[in-house]
Amino acid sequence: MNDRLAVSLAGDLDGSFEQLVRDHQDRLYSLALRYLGDASDAEELTQDAFVRAYRALAGYEPQRRRELQVRPWLSTIVLNLCRNRARRVRPAQVDLDGLDAVATHAVQGRNGAAGQPETHALLREDAEVWARRVRALPARYREPLLLRYVDDLAYAEISTALGIPEGTLRAQVHRGLALLRSALEQETAAAGPDGAAGRSALQLAEVAL
Amino acid sequence: MNVHVLDDGAIERTLEALRAEAPAGLLARTMATAGLADAYAPVQSPIGPVLVAYSAHCVSAVGLAENAASFEMRVAAELGRPVRRVEALPPDLERAVERRLAGDRRVRVPFDLRRRSPFERAVLEKALEIPTGEVRPYAWIAAEIGRPRAVRAVGTALARNPIPLLIPCHRVVRSDGMIGNYSMGGPTVKRAVLEAEGMDVEAYVSEAEAGIRLIGSDTTKVTCLPTCRHARRVMPRHRVRFGSLAQALAAGYRPCRVCRPISLAA
Repeated sequence: MNDRLAVSLAGDLDGSFEQLVRDHQDRLYSLALRYLGDASDAEELTQDAFVRAYRALAGYEPQRRRELQVRPWLSTIVLNLCRNRARRVRPAQVDLDGLDAVATHAVQGRNGAAGQPETHALLREDAEVWARRVRALPARYREPLLLRYVDDLAYAEISTALGIPEGTLRAQVHRGLALLRSALEQETAAAGPDGAAGRSALQLAEVAL
Repeated sequence: MNVHVLDDGAIERTLEALRAEAPAGLLARTMATAGLADAYAPVQSPIGPVLVAYSAHCVSAVGLAENAASFEMRVAAELGRPVRRVEALPPDLERAVERRLAGDRRVRVPFDLRRRSPFERAVLEKALEIPTGEVRPYAWIAAEIGRPRAVRAVGTALARNPIPLLIPCHRVVRSDGMIGNYSMGGPTVKRAVLEAEGMDVEAYVSEAEAGIRLIGSDTTKVTCLPTCRHARRVMPRHRVRFGSLAQALAAGYRPCRVCRPISLAA
């Protein structure tokens, strides 16, 4: 389907752009949402990314549009905008994260994980708490994890989007998962049975990285 | 809690559960911002909520809030692009539109008039020059854009104004004092809009009906269109009334350089 879209983008850009937005809005919005942690920022950024994509495509030769790998290309645009924004708002965001982490803990069960048979207590936490754990990782683990699982890109596509060889990416994803698990273990150990002090453990894990 | 049973597979599934659906309005807003479609949302105005459509950060249409369906049809037909409702305009555009609707003429609101003829654009752009609280005759617009004989065509162009209120076609009236019709709800609404802008419509109409076309000051010997801010400054005891420009000129009065009644001589 992607190929057909690439062909129609090459021909009638204005007529096929809406389909491009429909096809990619959920995954790109998810990527921005989990990278930034704020729904309205993510929405604005995703919209901005699409408009930038449209303007870029309008300037490309049909040949270049046809050969474009749309999925990783769009992810790169979102990622660059996310990095710029995160750099700009980082100090304020760290403070807020600390303050409302416990409150967010209380909001549970919004994502689909709750109903699945392998449900684990920790999986039922609010998605945003998990997203925060991912954001606490260094960029070299955070970005491959987000692109692999939230944005649902294949390793070859992530490799195109980040300009990193596939072998390195697989190692980074593996290491990222391990870091998430150990952060979680420390959190739980520190939290005790009622999970009250989980946040400070995550911060400890963050410092350790 | 048995954290040790949480294997990589479970963490992977948890990360996959972080996928979310894009908000409902994202597509409409994206298409409008890219200029490939129009999006519209209600905005507060002096005559209540109105619908404002935009594309590529330019306002493309304004209509009455109670007729959303006909507004959509009109916009789609006039612009040849799909139009969708969104919750709100982009924040900067919404702020600009609201301030402009509240009468602040310093705020620049970009308009999309690409589908209008050059004549219609000239008429609408001229109407934009009329200050809040003032009115000008149709013949004045025609003369100012260099088409003094096209008074009826000016009326038609203003009646087809796709962006009423923001492009103030309501500030163009007949010089005999008839306020005239209005696409946003008829003559009563046109009157209400002018009154909301601070114009004394009652006084204007009664003078116009009495045949008064120009106001002068016997101290400055300058003559103005009746609602010109310089005419409104004239003290009652120095206020002179004229039935025509020729009459004022014959009395030794000079036409005001701000409201340019000289255009009516064309």
